[in-house]
This record gives sequence, C-alpha cells and structure tokens, in this order.
Amino acid sequence: MSANESSQVSPVPLFDCRQTFVETLIELAQADKRIVAVCNDSVGSSNLGAFAKQFPDRMINVGIAEQNMVGVAAGLANGGFVPFVCAAGPFLSGRATEQVKADIAYSNIPAVLCAMSPGMAYGELGPTHHSIEDLPWMRAIDNLVVMVPADPKQTREAVRWASSAGKPVYMRVPRFKIPAVTPDDHGLVPGKADVLREGRDITLIAIGTLVSRALEAAGVLSREGIEARVLNMATVKPIDADAVLAAARETRRIVTAEEGILYGGLGSAVAEVTAQHCPVPMRMLGVTGFAPTGSTEFLLQHFGLTVEGIAEASRKLTSSVWM
Amino acid sequence: MNSFYSSLKPCANRVQSLRDSSALEREAQLRLFSREIRQCVLQVIHGAGLGHVGGDFSVADTLATLFGSVLNYDPANPHWADRDRFILSKGHCSASLYSVLALCGFIDPEQLDTFAKPLSALNGHPNRQKVPGVETNTGPLGHGLPVAAGCAMAARISGAAWRTFVVLGDGELQEGSNWEAIMFAGHKGLSNLTAIVDRNRLQQGARTEDTNRLEPLADKWRAFGWEVLEIDGHEFNALYDALAGKRGDRPRCVIANSLKGKGVSFMEDRVEWHHKVPSEEQFKLAEVELGGAA
Repeated sequence: MSANESSQVSPVPLFDCRQTFVETLIELAQADKRIVAVCNDSVGSSNLGAFAKQFPDRMINVGIAEQNMVGVAAGLANGGFVPFVCAAGPFLSGRATEQVKADIAYSNIPAVLCAMSPGMAYGELGPTHHSIEDLPWMRAIDNLVVMVPADPKQTREAVRWASSAGKPVYMRVPRFKIPAVTPDDHGLVPGKADVLREGRDITLIAIGTLVSRALEAAGVLSREGIEARVLNMATVKPIDADAVLAAARETRRIVTAEEGILYGGLGSAVAEVTAQHCPVPMRMLGVTGFAPTGSTEFLLQHFGLTVEGIAEASRKLTSSVWM
Repeated sequence: MNSFYSSLKPCANRVQSLRDSSALEREAQLRLFSREIRQCVLQVIHGAGLGHVGGDFSVADTLATLFGSVLNYDPANPHWADRDRFILSKGHCSASLYSVLALCGFIDPEQLDTFAKPLSALNGHPNRQKVPGVETNTGPLGHGLPVAAGCAMAARISGAAWRTFVVLGDGELQEGSNWEAIMFAGHKGLSNLTAIVDRNRLQQGARTEDTNRLEPLADKWRAFGWEVLEIDGHEFNALYDALAGKRGDRPRCVIANSLKGKGVSFMEDRVEWHHKVPSEEQFKLAEVELGGAA
C-alpha cells in the first residue's frame, strides 16, 4: 500500500485536543481552588464553556484585551491563584509578548499560557490568525518552558504538569484534528523527547500535528529500507539536547518537521545543538512564509508538511553523497 | 561605603503609629519621612551616576504616605499572604522605591550604595526575585495597572481584605494597556484597587499635553467607571485621606498633581531632570536644599 492510499483511508480516530484540555482543567479545578482560567472573550473558541459553568467565579474574561489579560493573570498568581491563560495563539503570543516577557517570565510567575488553535489551525482565516511565529517568539524568552503536546494524552499530561510546575509555561493546545501518537506505556516527561520509533539511518524530530505524519513517513521509509528514528519533541524549550545528540551521533542525519515558521522554531532549536556539538546534515520542514488562502490541511500540503514531504526530505538526505 | 547609608535608621512600624496620630502629627512625621526618602534618592543617583531623579522626587510624598501611614506590610515576612500589594508601575523611579524599602526595613540601607553597580540586586528597574517588597518586575510602561487589577481580582475571588495600590506616571497613560486595565477594573467594580497617577505633567521629552494630550484626565477615568480624586500630590493630609479614606463600590483613581524634581529648586518642573544626573556642585546644592548637609 502506498503512502497516498494510506492517507485516503482513515483507520484511526482524530482528536481536537481542546476537549481533553478543558476536561483536564475541570478535573484540576475541582481538586484545587487555586486554578483559574483567564481569557480574552474566547470562552467559546478556547472551549471553556463547561469550565465557566462549573466555576463562574474562577472564569475571568477580560474581553478583547490581551495585554491586560496576561497582566491580570500575573496579578492573580501574585494573589495565590494558578492562572491558565487561554487565548488564540497569534494574539496571546503576539499581542501580549512584552507582558509574557516582563510580567510572567522575568517576574518568574507560575502562570500557564495556553495558545489555543495554534499553527495554521485557523486555515482560511489567513496569516493574521495563524500562529506560526509563536515558537520563535516564546523560545526567545528566558525562564519560559515551551511545550507542544501532540495528542490528547500529551495534552492531559502537559496541563497536569504545568498546574503544579511552579514556573512559567507556554503551551500550544492543538485544535486541528490529529490522531493519538503516544503509546499507553509512554508518559510526557517535560524536557525529554519521546522516542516513538527506533532507527539507525536517520532521525525524524517532530512536534504537534507533524508527529503522526513523521511516524507514518517512518513506516514508508522502512519499506524502502531506510530505518528512521522518530522523536516527539513535545518540550521545545528546554530542548532535550541529549536526545538530539544521540540522534546526531547514532543516525548521522536529522529531519525536523513543525507547523511553524522556519526562523527560530523546532528546527532551529535542534540545529543550535547539533551545530555546536555534533554537526550533521539536516533538513528543516516547516512554514516558509505567510500562507495563501486555504484550509489547514491544504496549507500543510502547500508547505510540504505531509507524510510524503517528510519521506522525500529523508530520502534526499540519506542518499546525499557528501556525508 | 557611603556613611550616609550607615547613618539611616530603618523603621518597620511607622504605619501603625501614624494611623493613630493626629493629622498634624502625621503630617509632620510624613514630611520628615519624605525628606529622608529624597535625601536617599539623591545619594543613590549621585553614587551610581544614573537614575530618574525628577520622577523620584515627584512621587516621594506619595510613597511616604503609602509606606508611612497606609499600607499593611511586614518587612520580616515580605510574602505575608494578607499584605497590601504595592506596585510601582513607573519602574524607572526605582531609586525612590529602593530608598523607601530601605527606610522601612525591607533591605539593608547600605545596599543602596550598590544601586546599578555590577551584579547588584538593585537593578535600574525593580526585580521581585531580588528585592523583597517588589511585587512584579516593572520597567516597560503600562504594565503595573493590569497586574494590580489581577491582584485586586485575586483578593476579591478569595474574599480577602488586603488592598492593592499602584503608582503610575502620567506619561505612561499614553500606553494602551493601561486603558485595557482601567476598563476592566471599572467594569468589575474593583473597589479594593487604588491607582495613583503621579501627575507631574512632564514625560521624558516634553510636557505630556504637548506630546500626546491626557486631559481631561479625570473625566476619562470617570467615564471608565472609576471614582476620581484630584489632589495636591505634595499635601500629606490630602494624600492620606485619598489613600486611606472610606471606599465605595468602584476602583479609585487618585490624580496626585505633583512637581517633577520636587524639593530641589533648580530641578522643579524642568524636563531635563527626568534623568539628568547632578554634577558635584549641583549635588551639594541639592543636599543643602533637602536639609541633608550643612
């Protein structure tokens, strides 16, 4: 069966992780009165309706005012609460960048910044509503953990961990429907890559939407005789340098794949490690610029963020003669 | 080490004694306290060769009133859960805040001598992780009020009695984030929140009204649902009444009309003293005017 045929059949269920997100938040809030949600008129788009119904006093909707939203969250944390700030990724990371820097990260406030509908989840709404720059922007801020859960299990574990981490956390909460990729016996260990498949010829390092595609690409490559290791790098910062270096030393080639701009995201984070400690040939797959009009799936294909795109980049890298 | 600092006598419990004092006695004591704050600021800025003396002096009487007679705090337990929160949104006036914190026992007065020196805890803008008594890291303008609104919201949700006070520069009201917070606090009726505008009418480069007009300032706050009091920001009894007085059901804005550089004649109301550092001669003149040297 070719990769093309396999993509036409949908053998596995797909998930909008916002559902898991709010279920987990409600579970936590039932047990811990310090949990509050702060949003920017996004009760609906952040899927917080059920939370607002159960905890009306702990749902702080500041209206369409992202700078104030993040500042208010810092103040709530000062007063002993654990704020989960929920807003569409582009506006949380872009409109309130300085508040994230000064009020949360530099002040070392344990707030959880939840970027809803990240990447190109808002497809046809266009680049104003795409959050493709958030990983470079947030990664550049000291003291801030940056996470990209890749499925419901990782979303649940990331939310649970962040609620008691005692440090500033930025996390994407996927909206574009994706399959489960994390085996039952794997858990999300913050700062650690999840090795989803072993391989010796090349390593595919992916986040979020691209993890399932990287896994599928590894299957395609295996049938061609190329054994690919697959890492789900759910914690983009601090990156798991040990896993990256092991991949560089043991597989000698790395392909990264992310639903984000290529200037400073996952690919750059991986290259920062390899370039300094174990240079190996790399290919970085991601978003190359402002997107044209189209659905999320159309745009992922447009930028080559597909099973075939990852497989083809891997083939080229493994066949390059200059190694 | 500057012997000025070792001569200071921190006092951790001014507030209780001055609350119980007569207005006359309180005013006299706050006047002494604010003079001491200005003397400290002058030493700090002279020693470091940098700072924002104009705004430090315009806000000194407000800080003296707050830390001398209004705020509940415990320097021995700066994270006491029921403390009143104080945020200096105009974080560039850190020298005045550090001076107050030293005079109230939060930090060792001799630490003031390290202001802005390499690896000092006393950075040009305050850092809550390094300086007890600092609630949030300010510096970029327009940050203090949103955080203060969040503090006030936290106290309300948890049913706590502690209050939140935030001091803003007037120029920083040109930042849109403040108006987001003013709208939010007005909408929520955060009556445990007080914002004090240090209305010295000068920003870094020119007069506020010539740069980007703020007036009619009181009307603007009122339109956003706040109770507004306009007072003389150097009149201690007016400051005390505005900051400690009985509250209604709205957040309170105190527009404290002040003079940039207040207390030193050649600095008063002059834009260049936003961040000018006094020469040796000016330093000595200022010392005399502030009653700190013969």
